[in-house]
Amino acid sequence: MSEGTVATQHTYVPLWRVRLNLFLRSLRTNWALFAENPIGLIGLGIIIFFGLFALAHPILMNTVWPSKIYDPVSGYDMEVAFHPAPPSPRHLLGTDPLGRDVLSQLMYSTRYEFALGILSAVVTVVIATTIGAVSAYYGGIIDTLFMRLADLVIMVPFLPILIVLSALTEVGMIELALVIGILSGFGGTTIVIKSQALAIKVKPFIEAARVSGGGDFHIIFRHLIPNLLPISLLYMMFVVTGAIFSEAVLSFFGLTTIQMSWGIMINTTQLFGYLLRFDTWWLLIPASLAITTLCAAFYLVGRALDEVVNPRLRRR
Amino acid sequence: MWKFLGKRLLQMLITLLLFQTATYFLLDAQPGDIADLLALNPDIPPAERDRLRAQLGLDRPPVERFVNYIFNFYRGNLGVSFQEYPRPVIDIIKERLPRTVVLFLTASLVSFWAGFVTGKILAWKRGGWIEYTATITGVTLYTVFTPWFALMMIWLFAVTLNWLPAGKFLDPLKWLDAPISANEVFTRMITSAFVGLVVMFLGFWLSNRMPRRSRPAVRLLSFLVPLGGILLYWRLNGLGFYAWDILRHLILPVLTVTLIAYGGTMLLTRTSMLETLREDYILTARAKGLPEKDIRDKHAARNALLPVWTSLVFSIGGSVSGGIITETIFSWPGIGLTLLNASLVADIPLAMGALTMIGVLTLVSHLVADIGYVFLDPRIRY
Repeated sequence: MSEGTVATQHTYVPLWRVRLNLFLRSLRTNWALFAENPIGLIGLGIIIFFGLFALAHPILMNTVWPSKIYDPVSGYDMEVAFHPAPPSPRHLLGTDPLGRDVLSQLMYSTRYEFALGILSAVVTVVIATTIGAVSAYYGGIIDTLFMRLADLVIMVPFLPILIVLSALTEVGMIELALVIGILSGFGGTTIVIKSQALAIKVKPFIEAARVSGGGDFHIIFRHLIPNLLPISLLYMMFVVTGAIFSEAVLSFFGLTTIQMSWGIMINTTQLFGYLLRFDTWWLLIPASLAITTLCAAFYLVGRALDEVVNPRLRRR
Repeated sequence: MWKFLGKRLLQMLITLLLFQTATYFLLDAQPGDIADLLALNPDIPPAERDRLRAQLGLDRPPVERFVNYIFNFYRGNLGVSFQEYPRPVIDIIKERLPRTVVLFLTASLVSFWAGFVTGKILAWKRGGWIEYTATITGVTLYTVFTPWFALMMIWLFAVTLNWLPAGKFLDPLKWLDAPISANEVFTRMITSAFVGLVVMFLGFWLSNRMPRRSRPAVRLLSFLVPLGGILLYWRLNGLGFYAWDILRHLILPVLTVTLIAYGGTMLLTRTSMLETLREDYILTARAKGLPEKDIRDKHAARNALLPVWTSLVFSIGGSVSGGIITETIFSWPGIGLTLLNASLVADIPLAMGALTMIGVLTLVSHLVADIGYVFLDPRIRY
């Protein structure tokens, strides 16, 4: 639409506006495709819910929750006789064996889960997209080198390596995000993105760019990679799921030095011997359910995006 | 084909060496060794700790130790475990690897079969509430926090219903006067199950070559005869009681892993089927007026099988490492639990042994995947 008006009026429209209009238009069509699928909307709804959940924590801490009692790491409620205490109006999800409020821990951890997931997804996608585009574009020895590396990385069992690493150094949130991001960036994601890049590389507009004198760098970063972004976005969602899951498992085994996260909450439950005592359900279920739902939400969004990116999966 | 195999085996060997190098130095770079763990024990003087270090060879430079390790490894000597000194690593692995493999092979095969069948049907009948419920269930099973899911299974089947034991490999009280060791019984269980499965498979294979009318009878027979044979074998040798104890402990972990793997397989089959259904040959098959069931099972599903096959084989390799979670929750003494415990106490030989086994399993399963393609898709040749 907007290009049509540009052409008829012959007025000068800056390039960025044309680009913005194009971008908005494709966003609208893609959103329509995405919204057709209730599954993606459910996932998006859950993610937004958790986002608000994370945002609410600092507000609550500053208004109604005195930090001596409700601090997720160092709080302690002296007015309750026995910890862990069951849910009550004072502690909506009860307290943990150390007398800390479970709901506050749950909310406080949410932002770190988001940060971890998004950081590792960004690392993965930056690495995988660059390597995928470069090795598809140049082929030859570069391609062989990176693909063999990818084979090696895929082969390496993920969890054991993280366990070995955690014995080696102190694994905090950032280190964990980087390791997960790098491992999945050099591994399977690269192969998928490279195969997509191979399909794009032979399209006429790449030829056109080369004929009009575009250099390798220009073609890779201005023509190849922008066309790889949809599939990269898709894989970001799956990496987020994997990262949150891995963090939870490692923290559950007590192999990270993270102060508070959903996995640590379950680890605390285990340390104090409440893991197999199912009457204290509030120690185990809220955190586990949060991990499961957030992982599932990102995965659902990924699947819905898959239908947008890959037309062969659509119903029509 | 043979040339391909030779090349592949060479590549695998190189990959394994790289893998071993990387993991050895990672494990070795940990601060502190097994002798340091004894530092808190007041009965052991520092001189004695140094002597222990020298005895275990921990005072030599890492490169020398690594070269020694690799040379010994390929001569079949995996060293001696530090924590269960002086038990050889190979002995521990021989005991624990079958437990892991049985657990995950059973679970993978069952979930693969069930997931493939349901995914196929789901892709065929698109839309409606069935699709959404199935997708949500599949995604939930796929992304569920595994330790929690395992705990919930324990809660349901072991605590609330009290049908099955909550964990461990066997119930020690029942084994007090057992005539042979648990491992012996377990080996016999594996052998009998394997023989039974082979007979079953042969029967099904034969039934496809029989006239259509007698097929159901032959199939029923080939299912019942091996089953009866196995039951009779365990009844007669008087060890059935012990085998049943191990089997009871096996059911819950297998069920858990199966359900988790099922979600992924079902979703993957569905996606793969949806892509296949867009192909022109499906349209042709429809135009020819073939029955719907034939199009679904013979034209679409057969081609949709390839990615699912890849994921099955990878998941068998990968599940051994993922099995750390399940094995820990169920206290199932397999290779994953061994690895976790060994790397926590800097037991380098045992951790290396377990990691190498996991690596070998992964490599072999990748090779099996590639060979399987040739049979599944005649277009692929090496």
